[in-house]
Amino acid sequence: MVQWTAGERAAIQGVFAKLDYESVGLESLTRCLVVYPWTQRYFGGFGNLYNAEAIMANPKIAAHGTVVLKGLEKALKNMDNIKNTFTALSELHSEKLQVDPGNFQLLADCLTVVLARRMTTDFTPDIQAAWQKFLSVVISALRRQYY
Amino acid sequence: MSLTAKDKAAVTALWAKVSGKADEIGHDALSRMLAVYPQTKTYFSHWKDLSPGSAPVRKHGKTVMGGVGEAVSKIDDLTSGLLNLSELHAFQLRVDPANFKILSHNILVVLAILFPIDFTPEAHVAMDKFLSALSLALAEKYR
Repeated sequence: MVQWTAGERAAIQGVFAKLDYESVGLESLTRCLVVYPWTQRYFGGFGNLYNAEAIMANPKIAAHGTVVLKGLEKALKNMDNIKNTFTALSELHSEKLQVDPGNFQLLADCLTVVLARRMTTDFTPDIQAAWQKFLSVVISALRRQYY
Repeated sequence: MSLTAKDKAAVTALWAKVSGKADEIGHDALSRMLAVYPQTKTYFSHWKDLSPGSAPVRKHGKTVMGGVGEAVSKIDDLTSGLLNLSELHAFQLRVDPANFKILSHNILVVLAILFPIDFTPEAHVAMDKFLSALSLALAEKYR
């Protein structure tokens, strides 16, 4: 089981407290699709993904960004049992969506960059460490049902 | 995934804006790397103090960003331009090249913190590509 220190819990709660799910979700997904354009393979039906401006204005991407952040919130609310909480989501990503799990890290990195932009110097190295640990636990849980 | 003319222009433009804070960027990126990826501390067992703000971390951040600046000036041929640095890393320092990716990520995070407006998605992709190309050039002499 993942061990969280009190400091790590506080750090992650603190990040979520200031999080605008819609805005952060949209920008993170946009950066992912721009910085790692091969990830666009999963968004064939989403309409105009031509450039960053178009993606940022795309309502389907915005909606999906929120879905992703709501998923992370689920992990936050079940921090001591993320592995089991994400069983269904893991199956969804592997069996139905068939997402290469390597992509989870790419989106995670974009989420981290977006947080850094929003929080600037409040995003201290310790908070970054806690946040990235949280994301790697989520990623590990999402990878679990792949075989 | 080689650097297009557009990438090079974006990197050069961003570097012009950020190079004034190169020392700060290097120091912050290195601090974050040591804090977020503790396994990287294994390369610095000879330092008395690995905490953010310490003299060795500041000095080394400056050294690293000096290398990045040099790479920007040699952006048209990174492999030849960084041969000496590659030999240093391959034969003397013997840093596992997987760590280049880690430091690159933290440089991007610091750029996002210090230059939230300038670090657009376009600048982000160009910089990510550049740091990847830089890392590749740095690994050239490894084997």
